[in-house]
Amino acid sequence: MATNRQAAASSPWRAPIVLAILAVLFVLEGTVRNGMFSGSWNTALAILNMGLISAIVALGVNMQWGYAGLFNVGVVGFLAVGGLAPVLVSLPPVEGAWDAGGPRLILSLLVGLGVLAAAKIVYTRWRKGWLVALVLIAGFFLFRHLFDPAVVAIEANNPARHGNIGGLGMPILTSWLVGGLFAAAAAWAIGKVALGLRSDYLAIATLGIGEIIVAVLRNEEWLARGVMNVTSIPRPVAYEIDLQRNPDFAEFAAGWGLPVAEASGIWVKLSYMSLFLVVLLAIMLLAELALKSPWGRMMRAIRDNETAAEAMGKNVTGRHLQVFILGSAVIGIAGAMMVTLDGLLAPTSYNPLRYTFLIWVMVIVGGSGNNWGAVLGAVLIWFLWIKAEVWGPALIGLLTGPMADGPLKAHLLESAPHMRFIAMGAVLLLVLRFAPRGLVPER
Amino acid sequence: MSDQDAVFGNRGNRDLSVVNPRGRGMIDGTRRSGPVGEGRPGDPFLIGENMTGGYGKGADILHNCTIAVEQGQIAVIVGPNGAGKSTAMKAVFGMLNLRQGSVRLGGRDITALNPQDRVKAGMGFVPQVNNIFPSMSVEENLEMGAYIRKDDIRATMEQVYELFPAVAAKRKQAAGELSGGQRQQVAVGRALMTQPSVLMLDEPTAGVSPIVMDELFDRIIAIARGGLPVLMVEQNARQAMMIADKAYVLVQGANAHTGTGKELMQNDEVRRTFLGG
Amino acid sequence: MDILNGLVVFLNFVFIPAAAYGAQLALGALGVTLIYGILRFSNFAHGDTMAFGTAIVILLTWGLQALGVSIFPLPTALLALPLAIALTALLVLGTDRAVYRFYRKQKAAPIIFVMASVGVMFVMNGLTRLLIGVNEQRFDDGARFLIDVRTFREMTGLAEGLALRSTQALTVVLAFAVMVALFWFLNRTRSGKAMRAYSDNEDLALLSGIDPERVVRLTWIIAAGLMVIAGTLYGLDKSFRPFNYFQILLPIFAAAIVGGLGNPLGAIAGGFLVAFSEVAVTYPWVRVVGYIAPWYDPGQGNLMQLLGTEYKFAVSFVILIVVLLFKPTGLFRGKSV
Repeated sequence: MATNRQAAASSPWRAPIVLAILAVLFVLEGTVRNGMFSGSWNTALAILNMGLISAIVALGVNMQWGYAGLFNVGVVGFLAVGGLAPVLVSLPPVEGAWDAGGPRLILSLLVGLGVLAAAKIVYTRWRKGWLVALVLIAGFFLFRHLFDPAVVAIEANNPARHGNIGGLGMPILTSWLVGGLFAAAAAWAIGKVALGLRSDYLAIATLGIGEIIVAVLRNEEWLARGVMNVTSIPRPVAYEIDLQRNPDFAEFAAGWGLPVAEASGIWVKLSYMSLFLVVLLAIMLLAELALKSPWGRMMRAIRDNETAAEAMGKNVTGRHLQVFILGSAVIGIAGAMMVTLDGLLAPTSYNPLRYTFLIWVMVIVGGSGNNWGAVLGAVLIWFLWIKAEVWGPALIGLLTGPMADGPLKAHLLESAPHMRFIAMGAVLLLVLRFAPRGLVPER
Repeated sequence: MSDQDAVFGNRGNRDLSVVNPRGRGMIDGTRRSGPVGEGRPGDPFLIGENMTGGYGKGADILHNCTIAVEQGQIAVIVGPNGAGKSTAMKAVFGMLNLRQGSVRLGGRDITALNPQDRVKAGMGFVPQVNNIFPSMSVEENLEMGAYIRKDDIRATMEQVYELFPAVAAKRKQAAGELSGGQRQQVAVGRALMTQPSVLMLDEPTAGVSPIVMDELFDRIIAIARGGLPVLMVEQNARQAMMIADKAYVLVQGANAHTGTGKELMQNDEVRRTFLGG
Repeated sequence: MDILNGLVVFLNFVFIPAAAYGAQLALGALGVTLIYGILRFSNFAHGDTMAFGTAIVILLTWGLQALGVSIFPLPTALLALPLAIALTALLVLGTDRAVYRFYRKQKAAPIIFVMASVGVMFVMNGLTRLLIGVNEQRFDDGARFLIDVRTFREMTGLAEGLALRSTQALTVVLAFAVMVALFWFLNRTRSGKAMRAYSDNEDLALLSGIDPERVVRLTWIIAAGLMVIAGTLYGLDKSFRPFNYFQILLPIFAAAIVGGLGNPLGAIAGGFLVAFSEVAVTYPWVRVVGYIAPWYDPGQGNLMQLLGTEYKFAVSFVILIVVLLFKPTGLFRGKSV
């Protein structure tokens, strides 16, 4: 029984239409200056760049949800752990940090992993809970015994400027891959546990691991300096200031009739945009190829009828683990890209509402199971999320115009930016109700 | 199933930390009842006459099928797998969209009533599976059976306990912890709590051992001898026909043979094609 | 004497705070588990609805304070509770009418309800922000202490003092009363049994003449009551910050799952288990050990704290994983297989 027109048929023109609407929105943002749009290409491109990163995150989530039906509510954690990569890989090494406690730190981390592995071996061999507990407790104290002095030493090293372990000074683009690897490792650990249980408890497990990863970033100052943030992460593209000093660029800007400061900003953002587009399209291509391969067909078969697939001898849990790791790796890559774009790792900024649930809105609105849907939905929702911050107060201002000045009006105007939360909730609920398969439904 | 299920395919239905598939209902509880009409003179006590229809908008499963029970009798519906036995009973109970035919009970035409209202009109129905409240005690199961009654239910409860002494001993125990046969007894007892005017059982002996099956049949005969007509779908055709006052053999959703249990047992065609010689 | 002093420190810094926190978590987990049992999905909007209800309590409290109404030594917020519960229940029922009822009619898969609850979470979050902003608010105006450190020391002559904050005592007493009332309702009344029946077997409940919509409405009203009470007690005990209410979702879910989802008794046990473990693992034990085992020298600067307080979420998580590994249905049998 069709309760909405959409369920019956889907048009092949949906994706191009959404793309066209997006293009119009961005052109308006870049050219028209009024109450609704900024009329600045710098702003438009900044929104687009972040939108592209969101699109990659949405792609990762869509791989897990769309291909395998896994409900990941810890996106923020995988994004954050990916964001650690530029710091650890591409920052120049911190003077004295390694000598202060580097080897001991590495040793303690290895011991920590060893303890976990030992516990696992003990459990599989003897199946005794108390023995595992004993190994874990003894291991924990050993770990802390090695770990704590190392951390104290590293954090004492020039705490005003550093106090962290620093990076390896490698090119920033390699850190994007490493970010993916970090997230994949985290996903392997959590997926191994949560998907291996008798029933599936992935949602609550990812919710937990998301919180924990963010807590680690916030509190382990030797790693990411916690609330003090890590700044001046190297860039893969030119710096505005260098461009402005370059006479050739000034001439080039003049040729376009733009002030050199604005032109340099646009140039930098365009360079980022091209990089992001390359990554996005590459992941997209791989994802689509994977979906059409025998592997992808098997994934869909498992998703649609797990029991039948299991009866045919498919290792359902193993496949789920694979796709969970792959999707998380994509999210991790996006995390590293985001930190690169911002030039800064701010552990306190990782808010689950913004980085987990907003991504879910993107995927559902775009169309679960459809990669193009996820990407277009992500850019669209990101655009609306940013603009709602501007449009909300404008709307409230318009509505409260006739009201007499007073505390109520002041309060309404003041809290108007919060309207965007209500708007996003409403968008999700409306899409779920009237077009539940999203803007670009799965074929 | 609805298209809302198709929205996300089978996604997310595995994750028990967010979804709870247990105890989900399939009956559309929002369907409203239509008016009750007049019965026809000379009707049996309960009759589903010339029923044609299927589930939702799907193809017809029943074709011009008629099932009836007289006061104080046992009627059984038997037939090969997929013959539409349970479907015929569900049609009588109002869980099917009937395109033709009518259902009449005790001199009233109840074709337009939804299942809830048919219970109020006097039908006691025991589904084949999921027919108890597993986490509630036996006593609470019976209480819930009598939910629509406003009067004192203690006498009825005692009658049920007399009928099923085995479960009476376990009245404080959770029904889900009982054995298969005892669960069926609780299920039948629950349906009896409304003091129905007809009892409808959908394969009450499915999945229980032969000894338990014999005991259940004994109880069912006792119920019928007590004056309550019983309509029953049965997989074990031979035993069912032995106790039946009237038996309906369905084949592909239509009446193939009708008669008393004894008559059909002696019918060569029924024996050859269906009872296995 | 030293043993007693150690015990007092333990009671003061571990037992009492954990008991209060556990009661708050248990009330939250009860709400989650009720909705899971009857509406069959995990409500992601739970934390934010708690925040919304508490925001209403705070606004009403401020109103009452401005009118000069007070029930000292109890906090004024208690007076505001009934009206706030009624308002929150109305809002929640409105949400059900506008959002969830449609899917229920459609017999939609439970995962769609989860998605819808994410949408509701955004809306609730926005409403709370509109109502009261994102900043920290304090609204506890009752007596601060039932027993304060000085009085306790003078009374007992011990070196260590014991403080029992009135909000802590209130939390435990009120939570206990609410739990008893809830259990009485679920196990003894016709409506409560109807709710359990619906949770067990929707179709059979329908055929028994139980009105599903009435069961659902009752569930939302009770859940609203639990949410507002849990949120208010948490706010009185700690302080009110909307984001904390979002974060508390993890320990609440963990408590509900650890106890066995859909099982009210398990939710309570889970709440206390999570709370006690969180406090015990993140508490610096050095003072307690100093009294109980004075011969042991942990060394300078060693607080004997297993994990920093920032990692309290890790504790709920680890408990959850351990329980699921060894007892997949939760400590008390829940709905899961």
